[in-house]
Amino acid sequence: MSTSSEQLPAVVVDNVSKQFRVPRERMHTLKERALHALKPGAGHETFEALKDVSFSVQPGEFFGIVGRNGSGKSTLLKCLAGIYRVDGGEIYVNGSLSTFIELGVGFNPDLAARDNVVLNAIMLGLSPREARDRFDRVIEFAELEDFVDLKLKNYSSGMHVRLAFSVMIQADADILLIDEVLAVGDASFQQKCFDVFQGLKDAGKTMLFVTHDMGAVQRFCDRALLIENGVVKTIGDPQRVGNQYVELNFGRDAGELAAAEGERYGSQQAQVVEAWFEDEHGQRTTTLPQGRPCAFRARVEFRERMEHPAVAVLIENDRHHPLFAASTDVINKGDTGVFEPGESAVLTVSYDNAIAPGRIYASPWIVHRRGTELADRRPRMISALVAGTQVTGGLVDLPHDVALDRSGASAEVHA
Amino acid sequence: MSAQPALGRPIRGPSALGGDLGRFVHLTRTLAISDFKLRFFGSALGYFWQLMRPLLLFGVLYLVFTQAIKLGASVKFLPVVLLTSIVLYTFFSESTAQAVTAVVDREQLVRKIQFPRLVIPTTVVVTATFNLVLNLLVVFIFAVASGVEPHRSWLQVPILLGALWLLSFGTATLLSALFVRFRDVKPIWDVVLQILLYGSPVIYAIETIDSPQAREVLMLNPLGAILQQMRHALIDPSAPSAGAVAGGWGRLLIPTAIILTVLVLGFWYFNREAPRIAEEL
Repeated sequence: MSTSSEQLPAVVVDNVSKQFRVPRERMHTLKERALHALKPGAGHETFEALKDVSFSVQPGEFFGIVGRNGSGKSTLLKCLAGIYRVDGGEIYVNGSLSTFIELGVGFNPDLAARDNVVLNAIMLGLSPREARDRFDRVIEFAELEDFVDLKLKNYSSGMHVRLAFSVMIQADADILLIDEVLAVGDASFQQKCFDVFQGLKDAGKTMLFVTHDMGAVQRFCDRALLIENGVVKTIGDPQRVGNQYVELNFGRDAGELAAAEGERYGSQQAQVVEAWFEDEHGQRTTTLPQGRPCAFRARVEFRERMEHPAVAVLIENDRHHPLFAASTDVINKGDTGVFEPGESAVLTVSYDNAIAPGRIYASPWIVHRRGTELADRRPRMISALVAGTQVTGGLVDLPHDVALDRSGASAEVHA
Repeated sequence: MSAQPALGRPIRGPSALGGDLGRFVHLTRTLAISDFKLRFFGSALGYFWQLMRPLLLFGVLYLVFTQAIKLGASVKFLPVVLLTSIVLYTFFSESTAQAVTAVVDREQLVRKIQFPRLVIPTTVVVTATFNLVLNLLVVFIFAVASGVEPHRSWLQVPILLGALWLLSFGTATLLSALFVRFRDVKPIWDVVLQILLYGSPVIYAIETIDSPQAREVLMLNPLGAILQQMRHALIDPSAPSAGAVAGGWGRLLIPTAIILTVLVLGFWYFNREAPRIAEEL
């Protein structure tokens, strides 16, 4: 790398837009085209896949591009790769660039691994000499020394992926564009991918990385970009982008779900009229970052006089697992006071958010002190989203420490 | 070129040639060699079948002309003439017919990798050229064995082969780009190839046509003119040259113009379509 290019960003995307023409009627033949000229009215619509996308990536940076299906993230990658021509704006690149939209592009099942490696490497931009020089390293990394002359159609799918992946690694470009490559392969292969990415990162490569996997973004990316409907929503801290992505994914149908739950039980002597979640700053929100303080609050109004009512809430996840419940029973042995008709009160339940990422529902209720007579209960009255990027499989993620201590020579730690 | 050239190498999107001649050559060569390998070693009989196709057609025609219709008696070196024409026509039909669907067949590459798009039709023609060279070796051995003698007019052979190659390349380029948008190009081209087979002196000698006007018209077809001149230059200098059949060398400007037009038109259209091919597929 020359000194002049060190000051320059590795990738500059400047106001890029891209439209696709979607014909109202698909015409695939000359005949249709000729007949079509006679009848008016049809044409094509324009679909804007990218709108004024701008960002830049510094050399050595790992940059994540995340978004839902159809958000334009793959289109963006294809524009960067030069597979699509942009309709507006400019893209600049400093350094050699390799694109991995799919592993093993150009692999031919009827050719031996040897030929395929060279073919694939040339596809990825190496010269034939470079491709041959790297052949041994590719085979070594893929651990396929014994199968070099086997036709690819006789490879298992695992061997296939290993071969393709090691060609990719050996392509050795300054800037790598990677699209969902991690989606393939089993857990151990993915671990190997992660190790390789870590190695690339240490080697100072620049990487642009399109994915759904927020864990990978959080683990490897220095910055990330969230794209939605062809527009850049956020650029910055992977943690923040990840939270927003999860919100986009789940938040889409939050309104419908909450509205569908109009159930209500009880005598209605008192009513829960409003409920909401608050973040650590006391702002109302529907997204609660995992691991941060937050609060559930509900406003109750009394229609009739009530002595020492108990107000409570149950938090559940979307599979109806109760996660925790809190009640005013804990205040003064339940002596909450006497409320006259027309009075109102606000329940606050503050907690550190240890709930696993996903959607949660709050069901508040009001009962008489002895808990026998229900005044109001509103199952799943509101919902919120716990945003986090780590899915452990547990219902809650309690704060914890992990240690593994080697206890002398006698006790070995087994894998 | 752009307002901020200091920002680095601009990404311009896909094009026909892609700016990097080295990559164009590497890719074309690698793809053509692997295609050829596949056909050569793809089946147990491999190359044998490649050779058998023109040879079988030749065998049938030879029997028909010498045994059944007995038209060939007056044509000197008829077997060599037939075989040469069939081999040359096979090159043209193979390279163009396979080029029609080539871009669509390589969809996986087009949609996933940036490379000069013109590589695709070029690869098809280059693969067909490997085949042509091998077939011409057979023709050459056969010609010498049949008593064809070396002649100064053999110097024309490379020029004629060059013209045939350019015609095939131009047509291949044009058709491969057209097929992306118009899928009925394939059946249409199959018919055109049949017409050209009968509209060129491939399976008959030009003398078998009585009408001089008809012969002149046939020489307007670039493929016909090339085949006729090849017969004159390579096999039998006593056979009429393309110029003689056409009624004057000046008239051969028309097939020459057709070749150049197809070449320019093919490249122009392909170049125009190249940036959008990945989206149209």
